[in-house]
Amino acid sequence: MNISNQEYGELTKKRSPNSKMYKTLPKAFLIGGTICTLGEGLLNLYAYLGLKEEHAAALTSMSLIFLSALLTGFEIYDRIAQHGGAGTLVPITGFANAVVSPAIDFKSEGYILGLGAKMFVIAGPVIVYGVSASVIYGIIYYIIGLF
Amino acid sequence: MEYCAGKTFRYDHASVQTYASVVGKAENEGPYGGGFDEVIDDNKGGADTWEQAESLFQKKAVGHVLQKARLSPDKIDLIFAGDLLNQCVSSSYGLKDYYIPFLGIYGACSTFAEGLLLAAAMVNAGYADRAIAVTSSHFSSAERQFRFPLNYGGIRPPTAQWTATASGAVLVSETGKPPFIRAATAGKIEDMGVNDQNNMGAAMAGAAYDTLKRHFTHMGSHPQDYDLIITGDLGLVGSDLLHDLFARDGIAIESRHKDCGLMLFDRSTQDVHAGGSGCGCSASMMCGHFLKRIESGELKRVLFCATGALMSTTVIQQGGTIPGIAHAVELTSY
Repeated sequence: MNISNQEYGELTKKRSPNSKMYKTLPKAFLIGGTICTLGEGLLNLYAYLGLKEEHAAALTSMSLIFLSALLTGFEIYDRIAQHGGAGTLVPITGFANAVVSPAIDFKSEGYILGLGAKMFVIAGPVIVYGVSASVIYGIIYYIIGLF
Repeated sequence: MEYCAGKTFRYDHASVQTYASVVGKAENEGPYGGGFDEVIDDNKGGADTWEQAESLFQKKAVGHVLQKARLSPDKIDLIFAGDLLNQCVSSSYGLKDYYIPFLGIYGACSTFAEGLLLAAAMVNAGYADRAIAVTSSHFSSAERQFRFPLNYGGIRPPTAQWTATASGAVLVSETGKPPFIRAATAGKIEDMGVNDQNNMGAAMAGAAYDTLKRHFTHMGSHPQDYDLIITGDLGLVGSDLLHDLFARDGIAIESRHKDCGLMLFDRSTQDVHAGGSGCGCSASMMCGHFLKRIESGELKRVLFCATGALMSTTVIQQGGTIPGIAHAVELTSY
């Protein structure tokens, strides 16, 4: 080749379009905001129905996870996510989608080696590093508390 | 290291006898919809898994080719087939019931040109009277092997391409009729240092440039001598880069260049980002559109250059790059 990889890399960068942030950012904000508003609405509803605050919060999370799993099963969640971007990825609904979608997909390889083994293929790292981070945070919190 | 120019093979006794394509719903909704031999609307055709579905596409494409030629499978001497899945299972499971001597090949999305090159070579040399070349790709089976589960709400960047759900097959023999397969140049593995698996066009453009340039040199031809130069699935980014690479040599190929990845889908209405890709992309465009136009004489001299990204998800995760490859096959109506 009569072009160096470095020079080609610069050419590639020039020719590769970036995401249209003026479009994607407001959409992520609106769709992510809608999911959070729905959560807030559910929280108020459960509180209104007489649940204690902590129970209402837990039930809100459960409701959102259930809705996300259901919409993933009906092949609707990923269509919303095409517009929602990080707005559908970051809330707890995105986490539920990340667990349910491989479970559906890998069912064809059986319940043990397929569904069971592959269910956490996307969410697994989040759990591993989430738990690890919380342990480190706990240790720091404990040490600070000593003084 | 000395530059290896390789060779361009010349064929005098090879024609495409019959050709056929089978596509999914979205492919048939694209700009060239209606030109394919069969459409499988649910992309699954009654199969239990996506892998079985892709095998079915290949089986049906070969079935159509045989039917059009009014031949039974035992009259075929050899079949070259490949796809994107591990161990090329779409080919082996899709074709096992035909009991035709089988040579499996892998060139990622360049496989259709590779099969065409080999089938023409075997027929031209007289080893085979009739040889079939077939490839397939399936969006759903490719996604689950290379990327994410189908219903995962991940976001694709604008440079990503959409794997075509399609299969194309050709029967090569000495018919003395067009489309004639006149020449072919085998590609070299070109590693341009691209490591973004969402930018396959960039990984492949260098290989396409090298193969095309060598083909022109060996044939003593110029891009303007061809009615069309058809690349496989460079998509938007790869096509631009190919134009850039030729522009550095002072050659403008834009007016002659078409890319199957930019043709199979309508990028403005179908959410395919930088265009289509996959072994089935160029196979279905050739078998569903271009070969007809060469056969009728509307296109007289065409250079088909299918491109492949030799990508491994394992090597990418280990920090590796994506080498590209491209094979060129020259077809004429005279």
